[in-house]
Amino acid sequence: MADANGFFSLVFYLFPHPFQPYMKHSYLAKLRFLLLLLLSLSAALPAAWAQSGTGTVSGRVTDAKKEGLPGVTVLIEGTSLGSSTNADGTFTIGNVPAGERVLVISFVGYSGARQPITVVAGQTTTAAPQSLMENATALGEAVVIAYGTARRQDLTGAVEQISEKQFVKGQVTNPEQLVQGKVAGVQITTGGGQPGAGTTILIRGGSSLTASNAPLIVIDGVPVDNNGIAGASNPLTLINPNDIESISVLKDASSTAIYGVRASNGVIIVTTKKGLRGDATRVMVSTQASVANIVKYSDVLSADEFRALVKARGTTGQLATLGQANTDWQREIYRTAYTSDNNVSVSGSTGMLPYRISTGYLYQEGLLKRNDLKRYSGSLNLSPVLLDGALRIDANLRGSWIDNNFGAQGAVGSAVAFDPTQPVFAGANQGNPFGQTADQLRIYNGYTEFNNRDDKGVISLNPLSPRNPVALIDQRRDLSTVRRALGNALVTYKLPFLTGLSASLNVGFDNQRGRGAIYVPAGAGSDFNRQGINNQYSQDLNNRLLETYLKYDGVVGPGKLELLGGYSYQRFENRSYVFNDNRADGSVFVPVSLSYSNENTYLNTNVLLAYFGRLNYNIGDKYLFTATFRNDNTSRFAKGRQAGYFPSGAVAWRIKGEDFLKNSTAVSELKLRASYGQTGQQDLGGNYYPFLANLTQSQLTSQYQLGNTFYRTLRPDQYNDKITWETTTTYDLGLDYGFADGRVYGSVDVYQRDTKNLLNFVNIAALSGLSNAGTFNVGNLTNKGVEASLNVDLVKGDKLNISVNANATYNQNRLTKLTGSDSPNDVGQPTGGIAGGVGNNIQINTVGYSAQSFFVNQQVYGANGKPLEGVYVDRNGDGVINSSDRVRYKSARPDYIFGGGANMSYRGVNLAFTLRANVGNYVYNNVRSNAFYDQNTSGFVVNRNRDVLNSGFNSAQYFSDYYMENASFLRMENLTAGYDFGSLVGKGTNLRLSFAVQNLFVVTKYGGIDPEVQGGIDNTIYPRPRTFTVGLNLGI
Amino acid sequence: MTTYLTRALSTLALAAGLSVVSSSCTKDLNQVPSYSANAEVVYSDPAQILQVLARLYGTFAVSGQNGPAGSPDISGIDEGFSNYLRQYWQIQEVTTDEAVIGWNDGTLPNLNTLTWNADNEFVRATYDRIFYEVSLCNEFIRQTSDDKLSSRGVTGAGAEAVRTYRAEARLLRALSYWHAIDLFGGGPFATEKDAIGTTPPYRNRADMFTFVESELKDLDANGPLLAPRAVYARADKAVCWTLLTKLYLNAKVYTGTDRSTDALTYANKVLTQGGYSLCNTATASASAYQKLFLADNGQTDARNEVIFPITFDGQRTKTYGGMTYLVHAPVGRAVSPGSAGINGGWAGLRTKPNLTGLFGANTGPGDQRAALFVFKGQNPSVDTLGQFSSGPLVAKFRNVTSAGVQGSDASGDFADTDFPMFRLADVQLMYAEAVLRGGQGGNLATALGYVNGLRTRAGSNTVATIALNDILDERARELFWEGHRRTDLIRFGKYATGYNWPFKGNVRGGRDVDATRVLFPIPNSDRVANANLPQNPGY
Repeated sequence: MADANGFFSLVFYLFPHPFQPYMKHSYLAKLRFLLLLLLSLSAALPAAWAQSGTGTVSGRVTDAKKEGLPGVTVLIEGTSLGSSTNADGTFTIGNVPAGERVLVISFVGYSGARQPITVVAGQTTTAAPQSLMENATALGEAVVIAYGTARRQDLTGAVEQISEKQFVKGQVTNPEQLVQGKVAGVQITTGGGQPGAGTTILIRGGSSLTASNAPLIVIDGVPVDNNGIAGASNPLTLINPNDIESISVLKDASSTAIYGVRASNGVIIVTTKKGLRGDATRVMVSTQASVANIVKYSDVLSADEFRALVKARGTTGQLATLGQANTDWQREIYRTAYTSDNNVSVSGSTGMLPYRISTGYLYQEGLLKRNDLKRYSGSLNLSPVLLDGALRIDANLRGSWIDNNFGAQGAVGSAVAFDPTQPVFAGANQGNPFGQTADQLRIYNGYTEFNNRDDKGVISLNPLSPRNPVALIDQRRDLSTVRRALGNALVTYKLPFLTGLSASLNVGFDNQRGRGAIYVPAGAGSDFNRQGINNQYSQDLNNRLLETYLKYDGVVGPGKLELLGGYSYQRFENRSYVFNDNRADGSVFVPVSLSYSNENTYLNTNVLLAYFGRLNYNIGDKYLFTATFRNDNTSRFAKGRQAGYFPSGAVAWRIKGEDFLKNSTAVSELKLRASYGQTGQQDLGGNYYPFLANLTQSQLTSQYQLGNTFYRTLRPDQYNDKITWETTTTYDLGLDYGFADGRVYGSVDVYQRDTKNLLNFVNIAALSGLSNAGTFNVGNLTNKGVEASLNVDLVKGDKLNISVNANATYNQNRLTKLTGSDSPNDVGQPTGGIAGGVGNNIQINTVGYSAQSFFVNQQVYGANGKPLEGVYVDRNGDGVINSSDRVRYKSARPDYIFGGGANMSYRGVNLAFTLRANVGNYVYNNVRSNAFYDQNTSGFVVNRNRDVLNSGFNSAQYFSDYYMENASFLRMENLTAGYDFGSLVGKGTNLRLSFAVQNLFVVTKYGGIDPEVQGGIDNTIYPRPRTFTVGLNLGI
Repeated sequence: MTTYLTRALSTLALAAGLSVVSSSCTKDLNQVPSYSANAEVVYSDPAQILQVLARLYGTFAVSGQNGPAGSPDISGIDEGFSNYLRQYWQIQEVTTDEAVIGWNDGTLPNLNTLTWNADNEFVRATYDRIFYEVSLCNEFIRQTSDDKLSSRGVTGAGAEAVRTYRAEARLLRALSYWHAIDLFGGGPFATEKDAIGTTPPYRNRADMFTFVESELKDLDANGPLLAPRAVYARADKAVCWTLLTKLYLNAKVYTGTDRSTDALTYANKVLTQGGYSLCNTATASASAYQKLFLADNGQTDARNEVIFPITFDGQRTKTYGGMTYLVHAPVGRAVSPGSAGINGGWAGLRTKPNLTGLFGANTGPGDQRAALFVFKGQNPSVDTLGQFSSGPLVAKFRNVTSAGVQGSDASGDFADTDFPMFRLADVQLMYAEAVLRGGQGGNLATALGYVNGLRTRAGSNTVATIALNDILDERARELFWEGHRRTDLIRFGKYATGYNWPFKGNVRGGRDVDATRVLFPIPNSDRVANANLPQNPGY
């Protein structure tokens, strides 16, 4: 790996101290970080390459109305020389080798053009003005695929690319939000409304069960780690969406199988913006300001309703706890949140060196008070071509620095549960059941909290009651700093001895540093008995990539052949550090448990090593063939079981290419695709060594005393030395279509994905292992589905343009085998833990049903329509209600997912919106299922969902289907209106003003605050705000 | 020329890069973590072998390697619930007249009403814990054979020590197999001779009994177990004898053959060779009897009575099961957290009038054991399962010392109190019972002396005569909430029929249940995983 060291040393220069105290950095330090990041590479590169025998090409590109088209890409074919047009449609490309050249002109939404031109050394050649026709199908558009690009019309697999123009607009702070609702078969669910919230991305229903269901994400050719880092809920937050040019989603095995063992859940390829050779310097400045508000509060009792309830049903002791205040705790903890997102990029080329440098600063507030995120980001892209076009280098370096201020996320739940009759601050209106003095009430730093009183009259904190939400927010400092540096250099060299043969070397790294600290003062109710918290945590991720491949393009026999063969090495290092658990004053509460090897760090390593190949064969643009193969090896399994083999094949018949359709305008595209392939899965998350027969040493808090000595015990761990891949076989049948001269186009896919040898956490026979369950290759599951997308240009005119797009997905997930036997005694694997009680699960995985189906008792209702407490349908008629009477009922997974939107423009005005809908997804309303009147609490009463008044329950009825709700919804994700002022500021500039609303409305029958809940169990989520954004983009 | 040279060099460099990478990186596929212990290293070092042995004991106390939660031993249930002692206690007490649990967690209420099925997660957790311990013991015994020790260079005094550890592992395995015999009748069976990965065969109750009996007798005769009371909390000879006594006393239930004489043989060994004595001194804040269940019961003279404790420590042995559960779960209402030495009660466990009714006229007013019941503000009978106000409270296990000071965990979460799994009083009562059942090797006068010794220690009046049925009641009075009740009721034929308590059989007044309820079902989860296992009758 010596070849990569130079690159890494730069990063270690940037991150010199793994233990750098997080608190000490200042704005100056951040600035220095960004500057270093940007300057170190640019300084390392020669200022310019001089070269003889070149000339300059200039010209102008217009639309059908002869008005200049800005932003059009103009390339010299066979090189990376190029430019994009200015606001008036003109372009200039310098340093073009003299001779016969072809200009390749392309622009999303327009049909491209090819224009021959003769370049004379030392002169500027002016090309004839070129006008482009609008063509939404953009068949010639280059689509980013694995290890390269392909023309859309040449694709044999199910690949969808969303480019900048189609991205979701408005306040988009995480990359995945750019395509939310845009791609058929892709379900993107955020964890909630907090800045930087984690996101679940599920492509075609997910093919795994215990193993990760996350797709592989490839950023500029670097497949990144799926594991998050401590201090960031969502690792993608560290990528600035403003730097992204396009996102490709690879869905079928023909397109993904070349990524082998990491591709079972689809692949998302993120391509960032780059500079073009010969491009004039362009500066883009954008600024956005947003204001976000809460849309809906959790429906709990008001203070007066609560008082009435306790008076009606409470015990004497409970009545005494009531206060006289009227506090709406949810309104106490939420606020109007402001966000500002500013980005500057400079792109162009100095001499022969195309570059793009960008920097961004995001400040995003959460609805929850004292919760915010700051992101500083910078990126540098250099893409020079040397040696007469024989050597191309594409170097990317991006860095980001995030300061998270998590606030007290626990306040979200306690604001729902905390007694609304209590005041925020201890005092006269507070319930005072134990007759405490004002000073005694104020001991929790002045905030109201609930107490216990013992038989000796000693008053202490009540540990079972909710904690004061405002106290939580005011007294918890939960900060993290996460830095990420991601870079790669792709070097492609055209080998001199065989035309069409090139060799590539891609060296990359992705280093992340997560540092965090939590401080809670002594006296705070949340950590009163341990006298506060003063803790830190720390984690490092170091990932390296080395890939090399050979590519051959040429005409062989009747068609065009593309051959690719390569080797890939990736190493993922995940190192965490352990620290003392301290009280607020810094004294040790629980000392750190060093590892077995007496270290304060734990390092986990995963190495992947692969050989891969691809063959594409295109006969007359009519018959297309693709075959791929990958041999993957992972360190996660025992020797002898490390290798997996993943083949795929696809054929496509491009009917449009046949003579009878060639010249048809009614049918502008028609292609049938069929593909088959296998992909794998080895990602068991934190389980890096499932095959290893090792012993785990207990921590200092799990010792055992024999005699007068406490021993840190050694436990032989469950292992499976036979563990290996799970394999998904995907069949896909697709149709790409375009009608009415390209004004109607889209595609339809039918697929089936069969996963076998699931990496599954299953029960094992007692005494056959070293636990009662372990990870084995057991079980099968199937996803079947249909996806369709449709784009229509409704109105296409001089001034008015309207286009609409829609996508629809139907997916059915079925478990087909879960254990080694087919025993009739198998009820399935319980899953889906809920809040309330301990260890209660509401979902189950059962053969013949969807994964995570709900498993509930059927509620019996009285004549008045109200549920009867504890009365359920006795399904097996044995006179006893137990788990044998539960039924599998619905699933959190939607049957149908829809997305769609429209773009309208009239002169400089444009309007766009994006809608999303899920149909058939159910949610267990856990807030409602905790709404029973509990006479057992002493010293406090918990506020409840309003349903407590309807059900009248006195005890928890967690397993009742009364709490199942249809959570189908329609959400207006985004609505944007904009106006292009054109060159208002000056010639050649462009100014755009936009106004956007995020999350404008949600149509649903669901009773909780939001129907979109990860996992389908709603125990209050951080509310997703409605956000209004004003944006200004200036191009100079 | 220069162009050609550059190209040639670049091609060479690429080729060289490729080959270097291919050869160096394949070795990289063999990754081993430095923070984890390797079996070859661990079992070559007697000190580390002792750490593994400590883990075999620890299974009764903790639920995983992090403490109180994290890195759990078993799964399929909340980690705090999964604790051995918590589950064993619960299944022995909540299913009887001694305890009721108010929580609505999963299938927990079915334990109160004797309506569990083969999918009950608490029955399953008990089963899984028992066989988990057997698995760990098997692995330990496998790794510490004389052959393995000498091949790893463990010799001399080190090897001698490990031979004692190995005998202890066999004793702990026998203890867990006894739990399986008692609760499930039979079950899967494997020893150190069966390799990991082998699906075990079924062994019925009588056969499993024979195995446990032969193991214990062999350990008594040949095993290098420690002498009684040599090291606190180690499974020594006296533990072996006590377990044999229990096995023989219940042999009629397990095998159909009365073995009271054998029971007496081993009870006598404990009583005469064990060197145990009743804790007879009170402090200002704790009676002699109460001292057995307090935070310092591992240090005071309470220790003289304890044959086999499960040790806990508020800072170093943390769990949400074990003693944390037994101290927190009964606290609420009139029993304040402060009096129990903790930060808050869980308001779950109460008792039934059947137990509290055994005191009073039978014992006189001064019985210290009855003083642990709290009636203030409570409905003395159990009318609802879910209301903590329904049923007398029990303040037996507490996290305060005999001086009235809270245990070592300042936050009040975790208890220091050790759980007396076997103690002298139990053996004395077993002696008396074996005599009354006609066992040879003891006499009635000594038996009466033992019973009255306990009553006197507790401040109760004494009795002039005892009959067999009195033993059942006296066991309840002396040993309530110590995890014996279900076994005792079954041995006296009073569990399924002929004697009822609130909510037995899912009716408020209680009713007879099917005789098959004396055994728990083999959990479906294991019958799915192991086709060799038959189901117990009635399930």
